[in-house]
Amino acid sequence: MIKINGEEIMLTEIPLTRYLQENGYDPRRIAVECNENIVPKSQFETFILHSGDVVEIVSFVGGG
Amino acid sequence: MMKDTFKLGGKEFSSRFILGSGKYSLELIKAAVENAGAEIITLAVRRTNTKDTENILDYIPDYVTLLPNTSGARTAQEAVRIARMARELGCGNFVKIEIMKDSKYLLPDNVETVKATQILADEGFVVLPYMYPDLYTARELQEAGAVAVMPLASPIGSNKGLATREFIQILIDEIDLPIIVDAGIGKPSQACEAMEMGAAAIMSNTAIATARDIPAMAGAFKDAIIAGRKAYLAGLGRVLERGAEASDPLTGFLRD
Repeated sequence: MIKINGEEIMLTEIPLTRYLQENGYDPRRIAVECNENIVPKSQFETFILHSGDVVEIVSFVGGG
Repeated sequence: MMKDTFKLGGKEFSSRFILGSGKYSLELIKAAVENAGAEIITLAVRRTNTKDTENILDYIPDYVTLLPNTSGARTAQEAVRIARMARELGCGNFVKIEIMKDSKYLLPDNVETVKATQILADEGFVVLPYMYPDLYTARELQEAGAVAVMPLASPIGSNKGLATREFIQILIDEIDLPIIVDAGIGKPSQACEAMEMGAAAIMSNTAIATARDIPAMAGAFKDAIIAGRKAYLAGLGRVLERGAEASDPLTGFLRD
């Protein structure tokens, strides 16, 4: 189980890029944090999400 | 005349109006930016679950410096995480620290804000902390490496104006950093007053986003901020403690 943006996903392992692609994310417009550490964009291609990981995928929105 | 600019993190700005981008429809952001003449715009960072085709960055011109905030953070550590994510989004290293524990009054936590400022300034961020106007905290923020201090005028989103006027004046007089008045400014006249007091810039969002005509209000704020700045540079006339003083010559006339 991987927790992504608060939602539990029933997977044991998935390459980050595959998850992003399958869910329609534009990698240029997001930042990814895994277990409270930034995943640099340069590592997207090789990064694997594992069971137990807690992931945040964020982008900019309007705000003061 | 010398160009009247101010500097943050090595960048020079001639507009003293920092515009918040919350509560607008995306199309209105563009109009507000153009009418405000803003060179700095704040943004927030949020989870993105949906596959939004529209992105706020499409509506902000390239010359504008983005100032992501850390809203949603309740502790210094959360603010640090949000700031790092914002920087990873690839739009520079400016960050407005915003840490609130209380959701009723949305007041900034000065202690956590100092901690986050220290960590992020050490990591090379250009740090602009939003704070409750307190002299000692402002000094600590300066020591921690903040490039400006952003005291609140009144509670966020309240449009109640300069409730903390006297304390903001103390920061302006005592702190050798740009003082950017943030939160609560509801009208152009209040923005103008803060600039007359010597604020370096005004940050506003709700006053414009909740106006009937958003682009027109953005323009009104722009003019008021320019007027207040000019008045500050000109030096305000003195106030009499009591009595009156004629501005006309006091020589006799009609009667001897």
